[in-house]
Parts: sequence; structure tokens; C-alpha cells
Amino acid sequence: MTFDSDILIAGGGLNGPALALALAQAGFDVTVVDARPAPARAGSNFDGRGYALALASKRLLAAIGVWDKVADHAEPMRDIKVSDGRAGEGPSPFFLHFDHTEIEEGPMGFMLEDRFLYRAFLEAMEAEPRITLISGTSVTDQTVDVGGVTTTLSDGGTHLAKLLVGCDGRQTGVGKRAGIKRTGWGYGQTALVCAITHELPHNGVAHQFFMPPGPLAILPLPGNMCSIVWSETDDNAAAIHALSDEDYMAVLRPRFGDFLGEIALTGNRFTYPLSLSVANEFVDERVALVGDAAHGMHPIAGQGLNAGLRDVAALAQVLTEAQQRGEDFASELVLARYQEWRRFDTATLVAATDLTNKLFSNDNPLLRAARDVGMGLVGAVPGLHRTFMREAAGLNGELPKLMR
Amino acid sequence: MQATNTTVDPAEVAKFEAMAAEWWDPNGKFKPLHMLNPCRLDYITTQIAAEFNRDLTEARPFEGLRLLDIGCGGGLLSEPMARLGADVVGADAAGGNLPVARIHAEQSSLEIDYRHTTAEAMAEAGEQFDVVLNMEVVEHVADPLSYMTACQQLLKPGGLHICSTINRNPKSFAVAIIGAEYVMRWLPKGTHEWHKFITPDELFGLIEQSGLTPVDRKGFVFNPISWQWSISDRDLSVNYVTASTKT
Repeated sequence: MTFDSDILIAGGGLNGPALALALAQAGFDVTVVDARPAPARAGSNFDGRGYALALASKRLLAAIGVWDKVADHAEPMRDIKVSDGRAGEGPSPFFLHFDHTEIEEGPMGFMLEDRFLYRAFLEAMEAEPRITLISGTSVTDQTVDVGGVTTTLSDGGTHLAKLLVGCDGRQTGVGKRAGIKRTGWGYGQTALVCAITHELPHNGVAHQFFMPPGPLAILPLPGNMCSIVWSETDDNAAAIHALSDEDYMAVLRPRFGDFLGEIALTGNRFTYPLSLSVANEFVDERVALVGDAAHGMHPIAGQGLNAGLRDVAALAQVLTEAQQRGEDFASELVLARYQEWRRFDTATLVAATDLTNKLFSNDNPLLRAARDVGMGLVGAVPGLHRTFMREAAGLNGELPKLMR
Repeated sequence: MQATNTTVDPAEVAKFEAMAAEWWDPNGKFKPLHMLNPCRLDYITTQIAAEFNRDLTEARPFEGLRLLDIGCGGGLLSEPMARLGADVVGADAAGGNLPVARIHAEQSSLEIDYRHTTAEAMAEAGEQFDVVLNMEVVEHVADPLSYMTACQQLLKPGGLHICSTINRNPKSFAVAIIGAEYVMRWLPKGTHEWHKFITPDELFGLIEQSGLTPVDRKGFVFNPISWQWSISDRDLSVNYVTASTKT
């Protein structure tokens, strides 16, 4: 039997290329099938989208040779301030302040614009002879048999590989065709995403304001610029998104406050409905799911991409170790190790994120009092504080080797 | 073919023939072996790489090495060794295992020479190997010293012998027989006979008497909390593995 590649990855977003690079580095021949044409993703204009990369994610990018290409554009998050507030009232007296000097690893994370990250992935994939990128094409069918998995592509071609990995988002075709069911629910909230310029320097401080309609995250980009992720109820969000830029800013200003001076909109505005969607199985015969295909979660703490990269590092490690011991890396036995590892972490993160959101997106005075006290407690107890910081930096749990 | 001139106990062979078809089902009767396998493979690959100066990050690092897997069963060790490039002979005294092993190797596109024979018969025929894998076999043979001597004869000078078995003490009786056979039902009752278990010192003695030089010993330890096996430098109280060389 002649294989076209060892592993076919469906999906060329961010997790797909990251996995391809990690696997190619370990000696696997990989093909990435990306539904979108490459130039559409390589656009170099700022569009307002950015990622909060946890420290563990930064380490993965460094290990696969991508970090060097983006380091100059990344803004370290030195401090994270979390406060509970209501529009127009300012933050509550108790707030959490996470200062990076409290953990030895340095900044807890980095902000990076989407355009730089994807371009770096493209360059790294082009330089890697073990990776074949097929752009503007999607996987339309898949058949698994004893020897391998045959995929049919939208251009009519077929491709035989030992393993098929779905990095194709929460609508995952790979997962659906494998018959994997999902569990999930909506939050009745929509995230409004944009970037702003501001008068005063942000000094690398990220803010998260928990407000009754939903959280507002202010994440520092290079220069006097921040990325805003702002959650509102679905109806409110639709109404706000329909406003003119000027009126949109008039709604944002009182929520944002004036601590960075005058603020102005830059780039485009986006909306993302918030919902949870977790695959009941992360693997099937010769199939594995990664990132949102396995677990689309509420992006409340920017943990979506970070959780996806953790899948990438874990799957790459499980497959590489199996290959080096001579095991059939696509066997049920090996894939089960990946599922076991990631399902536990995912369940913990999903539960914590869900609970945080339910607790904070609320105007109940009793809950407000309770969480003010809670935040004060976390702030006052050094061990607890450190645990939260290490969680934000992605350093808790069983860390894959590529993230150590 | 019926193996002759053998120390194999016929009652033991019949037991394994009954189980043969189950070999490759990860959730079947051989689940405990599938669970232990990554640990065994980690030990074996590390020892071979060190002895023959091979780089495990390369593709097919064991290219050019002739390897014998005694008691190969369904091929749980033979297949990984072949995938890593070794020229593998899988020998089993229970002929019923071999069709299962052959079919599976073909499905995996691997070439493995599976034979219904014994270590003694192969030694007598003058076969020579760089590596002899002798995993979970010695506790089933009728005459351990004559069996170990055959293993020694099968090695080329400079060859490597890896042998794993089960220790004999109250803990191994509780874990390997009461635990695995009666409580967890991991193995059919009667798979092991406790009096045939061998302590590490006894095994090192047998290895030395056969003319090999012991070089390493480690434990395989099952953690019931993480539900995983790991390699231990110190805990050889139940399952353990040894490496020895022929000078």
C-alpha cells in the first residue's frame, strides 16, 4: 500500500498548521487541506482581530519555529487586572491584580494580531519539505478501512493517509462523517470584537471587567492600541453591531472608562455568538479531532486558541512517542491516549469557564457581594493567586513536552 | 509442525492457543498486555538503541539488526520491532497464535517471519540474532536454565538479551494472581502459577549460568490511580525486566 502522506489534516486555520509543523518536525509526512485560498489568509492589513497567547502556547510556537517570525509584533501581557463593575460605576473596591513578577516564568502571555500569526504559519509550512499545503480545497468524504483512511477532496482527487485529523472548527465535517455526536448549549450572549487606539500607554496591562451583560476584555496590542472583546446579550449585541462606528463607540466608552484617555475605533468590527460545543468523542477509528472541532468553548478568557494549541502539543507528543516505539500511531490504542489526556483537561476548563461566566454575568446583589469577597480572598491568599496566574499562563495540568 | 526437543510444558501451550484470536483487540482479553506494551517497548527500544548506537528519532533506526521475539503471541512486540526496521523472526510454541499474527502483519504491511518453533529448536539449528526478546516467557517454561541457555546460544557475540518476568513474593501473589486473574479478571484464571515466578536475583543467577552478562534491571509498576504502567528504577516487586549481553 502506498500512502499519499502519513497524516492528512483537514483545516488550515491555526491549529492545523501548528499540528502540521509539530508533526513534520517529528518526521511525519503531512498534508494540510485548507478550504480557503492561501492569499485570502495572508492579507497583511490590520483587521482588528488578535489572540491572547498563553505562555504555554508561546512555548509551542517557539518549539515549532514560528515564534521568531512573530516575536517583534507580540505585546507581552505583564499584568492582568480583573474587576467587577457596572457601566458608569467604575470597578468595585476589590479587584484582582496578577503581576508577572509573581511567577518565575515571565509574562503570562502575549497579544498577537491574527495577520502576523497566520502569515508566519504559512512561511514556516512553505519552508518545511514534509508538509504539502493544498489551499482552496475541502474534504468532502472519508472512508476508513483496515489499512488507512481515504479522503475525497472537493477538486475530485482522493488521498490515502494513515490518520485523518479534523482541525475544521466546531462545524467539523471530519467529526460528523465519523458519526461523532456533540453536546452543547448557547449562552444567549454574543461577543463584539474590535480594536481601539488610545491616548495613554497601556503598559502591557490586560483588563477584564465583569459586567452584568457579560465580560469586557481589554488586551494590549503593540503601541497605543488594544483589542477589545466585549460580550452582550444576543439582542443587545445585534443592536450595537448595527450602529454606526460613532454610535458604537458612544456605547463602548462608558463601559471602557477613561483610564487610557481618549479612545477611537480602528480596523473592522466582528461579532461571534458565544456557545459551548463539545464532541462526545475526540477520536474514532483513524480519526482525531483538534481545537474547536473537539471543543468549541466560551472565549471568556481567550482560552479557545490556547486549548486548541494544547491539543496540538498533546496529539503531536502521543503520535511521536508511538512512532518512536514502533507502534501503529493511528491505532485505536494510541488515539485513546490522546483522548484521555485532552478530555480531562477540557472538561475542567469548560466547567470553570462556564461557572465563571454564570457567576459574573449577573446583577444579583448577593452574587455581586459574594464574588467581591471571593476576589478579595484570591487576592489575599498568595498560593491561590499563583494558581490562578499559572492557569492563565496555561501552566497547570499535565503539560505536553512541546509546552514545557 | 510439532515442536520437539523442548522444555515447553504442553498444558501451558494449550492455554494460550485458546486465547489466540483475542490478541489484537485492545479492549479484549489482552487489554493488560496492551496497557503494559508502551512501557515494554520504551524499555526495549532504549536498550537496543544504547547497545547498538542507534538514534530513535530517525526513521527505521533498527535497520540491519536481526531480532528474535520468543513467545511472540499475536505479534505485539514483533510488529513494532519490524516497523522500526529490524529483521524480525517471531517464534511461538503455540501454533494457534501464528495465523492471527500473520494476518495482522499483512494488514499492517509488515514482513515478519513467524515460526511455530521453540528457542531450543532454533538454537539447535544454529540460528543467530543481534537481539533476543524473551518477554513474559520464562515463568511458563518447564526448565528455565536449559531455556535460558538456548537464548544465550541464539545470540551473536555482542548481542543483547532482554528478559521480563514476574517476581515471586507475597505481593506478586496478591497482585499478579489474586488481582489480575480473580479480582480484575484481566487474565483467565490459571494463566500463571505462582511457584514458577522468579525473583530478580534468581533470574540474574540463571542469566549468568547461561553465560550472559547482566547489565540492567528495572521494574514495571502499575499505578491504580492514573491507571498506567511506568518504568521504575527501584520497584521490582511484581513485574520486572532485565537486559544482558553476550561478550
